[in-house]
Amino acid sequence: MSEALPAQAQMTAGGAIGASSLAPDADRAKYVLRLADTSLIVAQQLGAWIGQAPALEEDLGLANIALDLLGQGRLLLAYAGELEGRGRDEDALAFLREPSEFVNVSLAEQPNGDFADTVMRQLLLDAWQIELFEALERSRDERLGQIAAKAVKETRYHLRYSGGWVVRLGDGTAESHERTQQALQRLWPYTAELFDADPLEEALAAAGIGPHPAALAAGWRARLQEVLAEATLILPPPASFRWYGKRGEHNEHLGHLLAEMQILQRTYPGAKW
Amino acid sequence: MSDPRSPLWEVFVRPRSGLEHKHAGSVHATDARMALEHARDLYTRRGEGVSLWVVRSSDIVASDPAEADELFEPARDKIYRHPTFYEIPEEVKTL
Amino acid sequence: MYAQALDQPEGHRECASADGAALEARFLSRVASEQKVEPKDWMPERYRRTLIRQISQHAHSEIVGMLPEGNWITRAPSLKRKAILMAKVQDEGGHGAYLYAAAETLGAAREDLIEQLLSGAAKYSSIFNYPTPTWADVGAIGWLVDGAAIMNQIPLCRCSYGPYARAMVRICKEESFHQRQGFEIMLTLARGTPEQRRMAQEALNRWWWPSLMMFGPGDADSKHTADSVRWKIKRFTNDELRQKFVDFTVPQAQFLGLKVPDPELRLDEASGHYRFGAIDWAEFNEVLRGNGPCNRERLAARREAHESGRWVREAAAAYAEKQRARTSAAAA
Ligand SMILES: [Fe+2]
Ligand SMILES: [Fe+2]
Repeated sequence: MSEALPAQAQMTAGGAIGASSLAPDADRAKYVLRLADTSLIVAQQLGAWIGQAPALEEDLGLANIALDLLGQGRLLLAYAGELEGRGRDEDALAFLREPSEFVNVSLAEQPNGDFADTVMRQLLLDAWQIELFEALERSRDERLGQIAAKAVKETRYHLRYSGGWVVRLGDGTAESHERTQQALQRLWPYTAELFDADPLEEALAAAGIGPHPAALAAGWRARLQEVLAEATLILPPPASFRWYGKRGEHNEHLGHLLAEMQILQRTYPGAKW
Repeated sequence: MSDPRSPLWEVFVRPRSGLEHKHAGSVHATDARMALEHARDLYTRRGEGVSLWVVRSSDIVASDPAEADELFEPARDKIYRHPTFYEIPEEVKTL
Repeated sequence: MYAQALDQPEGHRECASADGAALEARFLSRVASEQKVEPKDWMPERYRRTLIRQISQHAHSEIVGMLPEGNWITRAPSLKRKAILMAKVQDEGGHGAYLYAAAETLGAAREDLIEQLLSGAAKYSSIFNYPTPTWADVGAIGWLVDGAAIMNQIPLCRCSYGPYARAMVRICKEESFHQRQGFEIMLTLARGTPEQRRMAQEALNRWWWPSLMMFGPGDADSKHTADSVRWKIKRFTNDELRQKFVDFTVPQAQFLGLKVPDPELRLDEASGHYRFGAIDWAEFNEVLRGNGPCNRERLAARREAHESGRWVREAAAAYAEKQRARTSAAAA
């Protein structure tokens, strides 16, 4: 957790604060790519649940969330590609980058595990994405603001779903409580990254493009605590080691995930599908 | 045996603002919130609704088909309730 | 989906009392005049059992049918295709849910029906016991399997049993994009690289005959449809629907530039119908008996999902129980 960092809300409702011109396209491209990759990687993971969920209705529920996230990923990838200006479309970006070129937050790439791991990962991300997209709605980058406005509605439903399940599992049986607390413990170290700003985020916050990551922490924590209290789960202590997927530092799972996702594009270069 | 812990709920969807809720089908759920979410995920995937009701199937009180005659037949011959019953000369407009 | 091939005869007849005979006569005349039967209406026990069996087999087929295509969700070759495939597989799950709900109106519990599927006691459409080794199989399933299914399903929208008919109306509406997306995949492959064309042709080779088998045994060998026809559950014979499917599909294959794997296939100018070779019913029966290429994998996957989800379902039930206790404690 980054509570030590000051909550610098650089953006205002009118987006008047910040540099008079938008940040350089290259910076914005990198930033949008982070947002895109996070949504895309979670969508890819949730897609693997379809047909394997604990109940038929959950197959449908998880598929709906996966479709929303995939939709976000596509809009954001397309925009990142335009900003980058190298002619890469959503598929070139999704299927033809190396794992180290992916800049999703590490939390997104944590394996599905069991249902508790999946809904806990979702809860931690949903609560963050709501804060993030709400802030991005006010971005000085209009296109990004529009994408965020659409995404924030979707994410509110995702939180409803993940929060509902974390409560049921946390306050369900002894076994489900234990599994859910374990999931929280396992995933907790990956949440620090969400609020740790790096120079890119600092610069874009100053330009009124995106929020300062630290500014999202209080809202995130409040949303989270509301759910965890009802779920009778305990917040783990801060983790010492920090992962930075958003800078391309990944652990091992992402390589496998991408190998699977990219196989056809890699095997048949240049083919249209 | 049906698992009584995950009962059936009947789902009603309002397709558009201004229209009434209409029965769409049913879902299984352990609690009301889950029932609403399942109804949303199952019955509004193509934008079929703007509002949802869910109600425990066991809470619905239904008429008995065997009593259909006594319940509904008596209304059949009251044809004077319908505007078509009345003969109005064609010259008379806007009536 | 896929109900046609599954209707099996009901073993015994009920003993008809004088009362029962009168009720049955009234029931039959209502059905004959195209009135719908609703859950609480009187119905012959054989009608109820036939419907439960057909609807639940149909539901199982939707659920098992999620697996062969679900196999490609994580590997779909473009993000657009991934979104389409997720939505499609999700739809099939939705169809399963609608159908289980329709079966439940007849007094069957979903739990029990699923138990019958997992224990291997219940049947589902054999088509899903074939593998999807390549992406082209996803295209072939949408084009051929959903295509055949739609042909089977449209008449079911007029089935005499109200809840089944209404579920089928909803399903048919949703199915309409399934076949198109499959054909579009095939078209893209057929116009693609030589490898992609080969992929498409091989998928057609794999799915053509199993698709024809989806309509069930030939009319001469299918003696038990009399009741279903009389009860207006079934409106066309297996061979009628199969012929219609072939007549629709062969020109589509020609458009794709793919070869239907049947050396005897030819257009009969006089009737306007395509005549096709003999179907290998021995294979059909083997797959039905559980010896198809993927029977074991499909059931194992369903069982695995069911078993590893048990603790989740238990937790949800326990939570709801606690909530109820809290509410009544607060009220007391
Ligand atoms: Fe279907
Ligand atoms: Fe389908």
